[in-house]
Amino acid sequence: MDKIINPSRRAFLKTGTTLGVGLTLAFYLPVGGAARMKAGQGTDKPFAPNAFIRIAPDDTVTVIVKHLEMGQGVNTGLPTLVAEELDVPWEKIRVETAPADAKLYNNLLWGPMQGTGGSTAMANSFEQLRRAGATARAMLIAAAADNWKVDANTLVTLDGMVLHRPSGRKASYGQLAEKAATMPQPAEVALKSPQDFKYIGKQFKRTDSKAKSNGSAQFASDVRLPGQLTALLARPSVFGARLRRVQTERAKAVPGVRAVVEVPQGVAVIATDFWSAKKGRDALQIEWDESGGARVSTTEQRDQYLALLNQPGKVARSEGDAAQALAQAAKKLEATFEFPYLAHAPMEPLSCVVQLKDSGCEIWAGSQSQTSDQATAAQILGIKPEQVKIHTLLAGGSFGRRANPASDYIAEAVSVAKATRDLSAPIHLMWTREDDIRGGYYRPMFVHAISAGLDAQGNPVAWNQRLVGQSIAAGTAFEGGLVKDGIDMTSVEGASNLAYAIPNLHVELHSPKLGVPVLWWRSVGHTHTAFSTEIFIDELAAAAGKDPYAFRRTLIQHPRLNGVLELAATKAGWGTPLAPKSGVRRGRGIAVHESFNSFVAEVAEVSVKPDGSFSVDRVICAVDCGIAVNPDQVRAQMEGGIGFGLSAALHSAITLKAGRVEQSNFHDYPLLRISEMPRVEVHIVPSQAAPTGVGEPGVPPLAPAVANALFAATGKRLRKLPFETSELRSA
Amino acid sequence: MIPIIVNGTPRSVDATPDTPLLWVLRDNLGLTGTKFGCGMAQCGACTVHLNGAPVRACMTPVSAAAGQKITTIEGAQGKAVKALQDAWVKLDVPQCGYCQSGQIMSAAALLAGNPQPTDADIDTALDGNLCRCATYQRIRAAVHQAARTMRG
Repeated sequence: MDKIINPSRRAFLKTGTTLGVGLTLAFYLPVGGAARMKAGQGTDKPFAPNAFIRIAPDDTVTVIVKHLEMGQGVNTGLPTLVAEELDVPWEKIRVETAPADAKLYNNLLWGPMQGTGGSTAMANSFEQLRRAGATARAMLIAAAADNWKVDANTLVTLDGMVLHRPSGRKASYGQLAEKAATMPQPAEVALKSPQDFKYIGKQFKRTDSKAKSNGSAQFASDVRLPGQLTALLARPSVFGARLRRVQTERAKAVPGVRAVVEVPQGVAVIATDFWSAKKGRDALQIEWDESGGARVSTTEQRDQYLALLNQPGKVARSEGDAAQALAQAAKKLEATFEFPYLAHAPMEPLSCVVQLKDSGCEIWAGSQSQTSDQATAAQILGIKPEQVKIHTLLAGGSFGRRANPASDYIAEAVSVAKATRDLSAPIHLMWTREDDIRGGYYRPMFVHAISAGLDAQGNPVAWNQRLVGQSIAAGTAFEGGLVKDGIDMTSVEGASNLAYAIPNLHVELHSPKLGVPVLWWRSVGHTHTAFSTEIFIDELAAAAGKDPYAFRRTLIQHPRLNGVLELAATKAGWGTPLAPKSGVRRGRGIAVHESFNSFVAEVAEVSVKPDGSFSVDRVICAVDCGIAVNPDQVRAQMEGGIGFGLSAALHSAITLKAGRVEQSNFHDYPLLRISEMPRVEVHIVPSQAAPTGVGEPGVPPLAPAVANALFAATGKRLRKLPFETSELRSA
Repeated sequence: MIPIIVNGTPRSVDATPDTPLLWVLRDNLGLTGTKFGCGMAQCGACTVHLNGAPVRACMTPVSAAAGQKITTIEGAQGKAVKALQDAWVKLDVPQCGYCQSGQIMSAAALLAGNPQPTDADIDTALDGNLCRCATYQRIRAAVHQAARTMRG
């Protein structure tokens, strides 16, 4: 708020979100964050009515996007909101990424932090950016009214113009921009009703497709500053190990190597280019002290986790008396589910450029969590967070990896820059793929046990679930918000709020502490809870002799969840036989799940060969995310989420032996390839509800839908990820 | 100094012979459209054309490319590349976009030899190109669309 130049012009607008989080937004004139960023550049006089919009004399409208574009489409969806209320044609819209400034650009659903995650970008911005656009439009109208000495109520806007129809006068936004900057800001503006939307709900093309198809899109890996040096870091052999000694002579002798430095995170080799740095790092002779490290082995960890399933945990939810109801049930079932550690493995390995300056430091990164990244850098350098300037660039995928509360890769790069200050060079810290796969911050390994009972009519009367897995939020800045009474809600989300009407429900959690760092991974807790609950519901349906779709339909009470369930089933032709194919067993499976306030159902069709190998031929997806601001991008996120979920279901596992990660690259941590991608059909439920996220919710139903399809095809239940296809061999 | 011809221009680069072509392009020549994804020819993000044929630049020592013609995404042109890039934009194929240079270079090589690929042909030609965002369905559709454009 210290940037307000003219307090008499400031206006505080009250707004709110669909989640009921009240907040106050400051709009101010004439210099918003957008204008401040461009200070000193050129002589034009842009109209920057608030921190999100800048209108130039050439009629272009720059929308400042505070969220990270990591593929999910914020650089398209968020400007659409401004275009709608400001009433400008799409071709006039430009996109700029916001600077790091939590006062102006905090995530309204996260509190006082700037960051991207939890599928919140659209939910956060739907009202905020429309209000920003409507405010700017009102001020442009006011400017025209003042120029023409007419009542503002007689003016209308059309495609970036203000019109006075009675006199035929008109002016473009660019022509009015300078004058508009002097107009008082309205305290209240009316937003359009959904039936009046011109752009929201239409198919705008992505703003970044061209640059991403001709090699010109700039990622953090691509930053090239004058004199920049490349750093690679040798990290401890096991998580938590310490450096005992290092011999650096051979590394320093590699041509191109400029320095070798010890930093708290390991030993860094700094060179003129990547390959020299890589050869230098390979030449280091390092001895690690592993005595305080996490010498975890997955096989032992699994045994310990399975043992914990037999011990009471912390209660996450308890309704009725599940133990008693289970004891009295006519039929009882129980099953165990297993999930490995998973690496995010974005295609762009982590990368960050740091330049130390007298004024502080500048960082170039695909930052998903600017406020914690600023704080981390500031702490290392002993400066104030606002002295850390972050240039947020496109991220080559992230899936949660760059939203690390520990800001690990930022901390590394800043530490290296600090240790090499005498080189006076920008430092580009690069991770190799091996660094990425072995670098930790995984989706935590989990095991679940569920027991449930049916009455004589086949109705479920009891559901008892116990989960074991590390807490992601514990020990981070998010602990206060996400951990309640020892329960990390991201560990049990999707299980503690089971969608099925079962009178006696009991959910418990164990959160063992281990030295393997864990992190949110696209759809977080739902990655495992949707799998166990949606398979087990299928098992109950089978035990009750009921159709899996009909069984769900009668037990789900939420109309939007039932809406997507019905739509997916209808579009998939549920109940009609699959066309037989020679030599394979075919099956169809369904799963439905709510995550991040969006509702998704998926029907998978599989073909299983005699040797147990199988293909997923088709996935029919139905999504209800409220108003679909850009339907084609909603479809794209569902398609991508389905592929991402299938990748984990088919292939992915991180395992450790004596603390060492056993995988290292895509040959032993395989990802989905094009030949494995099913045909995906996405159907969007028409809705007038405020929009919710689509980045993550496509992922959770996929694996259980496939597992249920495999059961339909083979009669075998796969309850462990990734799937072991040997279990599907024909007898 | 090692002579190479990059996007039609003879260049002489100061690099050790074992330096992968990828790093010569990115670090010596500043051509950052070719991406680093794995360093072991597993992901295809670094795909360029060597004398017209697709290769993984991360596993191609610059010495193996000495005196030869290299085409990167920045210099890729011709009917197939244009048709592919147009289709990529029309169908909004990219999400994060990091792998797409490599996808287009592989797809261009496919179309050069096969003007009417089937889904299976596309899957075979592009199976070495990972996309973590799983834009595969749109990639398939865009290759078909580009092929149609080229056939007129």
